[in-house]
Amino acid sequence: MNRYNRHIILSEIGLEGQYKLNNAKVLVIGAGGLGCPVLQYLAAAGIGTLGIIDFDIVSESNLQRQILFGFSSLGINKAIAAKKRLEDLNTSISIHAYPEKLNHKNSVSLFKEYDIIVDGTDNFKTRYLVSDACIITKKPLVYAGIYKFEGQVSVFNYKNGPSYRCLFPNPPKEEEIPNCSEIGVLGVLPGIIGSLQATEVIKIILNLGKILSGKVLYYNSLNHQSNLIKVSRSEKEIQKVIDLAGIFENLDEGIRCKVKNNNITLKEALTKKNIQWIDVRNDTDQIINYPEIIQIPFEYLEQNLHKIDKNKEQVVFCHAGIMSKKAVSILQKHQIEDSFSLKNGAFEVMDYFKNK
Amino acid sequence: MMITIRYFGLLTEVTGCTSEKINFSGTTIFDVKEVLFQKYKTLKNKDFQVAQNNELNTDKTKITSTEIALLPPFAGG
Repeated sequence: MNRYNRHIILSEIGLEGQYKLNNAKVLVIGAGGLGCPVLQYLAAAGIGTLGIIDFDIVSESNLQRQILFGFSSLGINKAIAAKKRLEDLNTSISIHAYPEKLNHKNSVSLFKEYDIIVDGTDNFKTRYLVSDACIITKKPLVYAGIYKFEGQVSVFNYKNGPSYRCLFPNPPKEEEIPNCSEIGVLGVLPGIIGSLQATEVIKIILNLGKILSGKVLYYNSLNHQSNLIKVSRSEKEIQKVIDLAGIFENLDEGIRCKVKNNNITLKEALTKKNIQWIDVRNDTDQIINYPEIIQIPFEYLEQNLHKIDKNKEQVVFCHAGIMSKKAVSILQKHQIEDSFSLKNGAFEVMDYFKNK
Repeated sequence: MMITIRYFGLLTEVTGCTSEKINFSGTTIFDVKEVLFQKYKTLKNKDFQVAQNNELNTDKTKITSTEIALLPPFAGG
């Protein structure tokens, strides 16, 4: 127990508190910008059982903020790479890696095995899934979200407190809200916000201080302004989720929302056979000499739909994957259903064609 | 009266500022939103909650503070 000496000598924690930490089971959803600092501090604190679920692999652009990973983790699944690093940090805890996607089917049984759930995901679809599964399994949820230089943190479903849906009842339209990979984020920001999440997890286990329940914290790293906004429990919103409990595991994403994942990486795009690439950048006057690519600036897209070969699968790209998402919505509105938006934008496509 | 509106997250991309003072003559949150929707056409498509005195409000809530905050959800992680 020498490892935990600085905890044990705190009168507020002591040996008894440290045993509570060692007996706790915490599941972290997403080992990304938020998940990494959360996992690092929870493993160091001696949380006895840590679960990590993430389907994604480590890429170079993650290293700017996802502090559990290094050069040797590139290309490896994040849950597995995080487990490997954390096992070196603390050999006396047990760590379970789930290299898979969280969905309605696996969430409920997985959540039941843990005491506290931490949301470190990067999209609204998964955030609402995590929140709903926490309501159904009655697990406290330590939530955070980040945007460029700002973060928001709260604890939901804690001792009859409010849930995420009491704050934001319905998911926003996905295409309107860019995530870190599209808009950028200050690398240290998830470090700050994830550390706040880890603090709340430890406070919940130790029953220490005031838990951030019934309030959402907004924090801005540019001016260090923070606001604590009160959130009230909405029985109506929570009941709507509880009513789904019986069929929750069968709520396949495909049934719930018909929109398939149209936001793909270059690697995923290249698995398609008959591709027509569409460059929708408005500001490029450079003529691209690859017959597979057609150029239709976004603002003229609707007037030029006839140029699109409907027998092919459309992979649309712009600079950073935001305008191309909007373009895909337009194509789908016009029944061009097999259209996909490329996450990382033109740079990657050009690189690929040059080296083909 | 003059009230200060504070914007968070991606709403600052719509308004181009993190806070501003507006001259306001209405009585409810709904009225404030109407003024802002007039000023920023795309704000209407964004999801956000409105708070004053650090509490969430509905459209019907009366304005009692000189500072209103517009709070969107953050997706990033």
